[in-house]
Amino acid sequence: MSRYYRSSGEVLIRIIIVLVMLFVCVTTLYPFWYILVASFSEPLEVVRAGGMMLWLRGFSLYAYKEVFVHRLFLRSYYNTLVYLTFGVATNMFMTTLAAYALSVKGIKGAGAVMKVIVFTMFFGGGLIPTYIVVDSLNMVDTMWSQFVPYAINTYNMIILRTAFRGIPDSIEEAATIDGATPFKIMTMIVLPLSLPSIMVIGLYYAVEIWNSYFRALIYIRSDTKYPLQLILRQVLLSNAMSQQDMAFVDTNIGLTVKYATIIVSTVPILMVYPFIQKYFVKGVMIGSIKG
Amino acid sequence: MALSKQTKKNIQTRTGSGFSRGSYLKQYWFIYGIFILVMSYYVIFKYIPMYGVIIAFKKYTPTLGIWGSKWIGIRNFEKFFGSMFFMRTFRNTLIISFLNLIFAFPAPIIFALMLNELRNEAFKRSVQTISYLPHFISIVVVAGIAHDFLNKNGTISTLLNSLFGMEQKVWLNDSSAYRTIYILLDIWKDMGWNAIIYLAALSGIDVELYDAAEIDGCGTIRKMLNVTIPGIMPTIIVLLILRVGSILSVGSEKTLLLYNPNTYEVSDIISSFVYRRGFGIDSRADYSFSTAVDLFNSVINLILLTLANFLARRYSETSLW
Repeated sequence: MSRYYRSSGEVLIRIIIVLVMLFVCVTTLYPFWYILVASFSEPLEVVRAGGMMLWLRGFSLYAYKEVFVHRLFLRSYYNTLVYLTFGVATNMFMTTLAAYALSVKGIKGAGAVMKVIVFTMFFGGGLIPTYIVVDSLNMVDTMWSQFVPYAINTYNMIILRTAFRGIPDSIEEAATIDGATPFKIMTMIVLPLSLPSIMVIGLYYAVEIWNSYFRALIYIRSDTKYPLQLILRQVLLSNAMSQQDMAFVDTNIGLTVKYATIIVSTVPILMVYPFIQKYFVKGVMIGSIKG
Repeated sequence: MALSKQTKKNIQTRTGSGFSRGSYLKQYWFIYGIFILVMSYYVIFKYIPMYGVIIAFKKYTPTLGIWGSKWIGIRNFEKFFGSMFFMRTFRNTLIISFLNLIFAFPAPIIFALMLNELRNEAFKRSVQTISYLPHFISIVVVAGIAHDFLNKNGTISTLLNSLFGMEQKVWLNDSSAYRTIYILLDIWKDMGWNAIIYLAALSGIDVELYDAAEIDGCGTIRKMLNVTIPGIMPTIIVLLILRVGSILSVGSEKTLLLYNPNTYEVSDIISSFVYRRGFGIDSRADYSFSTAVDLFNSVINLILLTLANFLARRYSETSLW
């Protein structure tokens, strides 16, 4: 293709596109950059800056000290790590098994099982009936409530099933002829060959648990069991919420303390982001291929 | 894996027993074991709650349980439809969803089209990578940033003041600004991420079509209108139909973090109302009433989605079921 521009109109269009793209980048990155530099600046200077800062104004670690002496912050960080570990293990165990069993072709009754599962994507009992079930299992205010009711995300399961189906039938047929059982086929052939897809789904679940607050809002009562996101909600929205549904002790948390809290709780995601983002994109691709 | 006739025959000769029920189960016990495990999960956490919706027609008393509680017919529904909350939450859900459809739905399409025009690969990749980022940030942090930037001395308030001379105020307390903020946050968080699927569709368009269009004298805009957009139209239509089907299912997670009583008139949606009534946030908790409202919403959603699926099947190759 030739790359010459026919008219000044063409050039103008290109300039506009590049400007829009730059605008998208700036509006996306500025909040993070601002919060980062503000969290390390002198608290009073930050208040004076009125939200406009491109570089440090003074230097202070006050905000970070405050974050770590917060009664519940480290505790909630630990809680989230526990929920994440158990949660991803449960999610992966159940999702992989379900996806494998449903990917095997020619199984009697598999179609019915799939229908029963897919129906739950479109209709559900809703908030309170689900709560009553979790409550009757004595899971409310325990860590189990944070991942057992969410063991399988049907959408993720279907993505994985599609990936498993992508393995050529001939390989599995050959294994069957050699006397391999479905269990052996799964562990020796399907799982190793689908490792990248399994990793993607694992990452999906991990990010989902790290970022979730609603499941804890519903099921967790004691603040010592709060995950990170609920503490974040208290810290970040304290001023907005004190008039609302919760009575909070300290309603005037300093600006820079809020920023430091955001940084500390978001850094893990930001650190792994460059490495995982291409896998996430891959996950969208697997999902978009209809199986 | 599909067992071809040949394979089955091989197994038969091997086991010598044919495909009686016993040997079939012996062969596939593992698969059926998984089915039992997986179905238990779905029955306990999805189907028993579906049975539990009957409390919408009862006066639920925890000590009596779901079945033992007293039937009261459709009184909860009458109470909901007769209250001011019905019109308020129904209207707000519909409006927010509709605004999302008009503004947040096309945003990733336009973004993908523009991205597609970038010639510099490194720049293109950087923009793309940056644009996914907010998708991975928790909604709590996004809402927290929004609260801060829209605060009296926040970044956006300051900016609006110095650029347009607008009053500096707590924007999230302003009912007239709430919906704009909500939709802009939707776009900010997920535009880049939602563009991926369109970019995938774009990469599938035959390059020769562009060459031909160029020879025919088409400029950037003409190529976009005559080659690119028709190329991704099937993807757009499917996503659009499904989006329309879910017009009344707006989750509460974001609303719960952004609204406050000052803005309830425009911000309170069905799902946030269900949450407040269910857990007694600003009034006595009422399981049955909350479930009735929730059920009303779910039934409408199911109907709309079925309709959307019917349309998808009728007008395109793709459908949900």
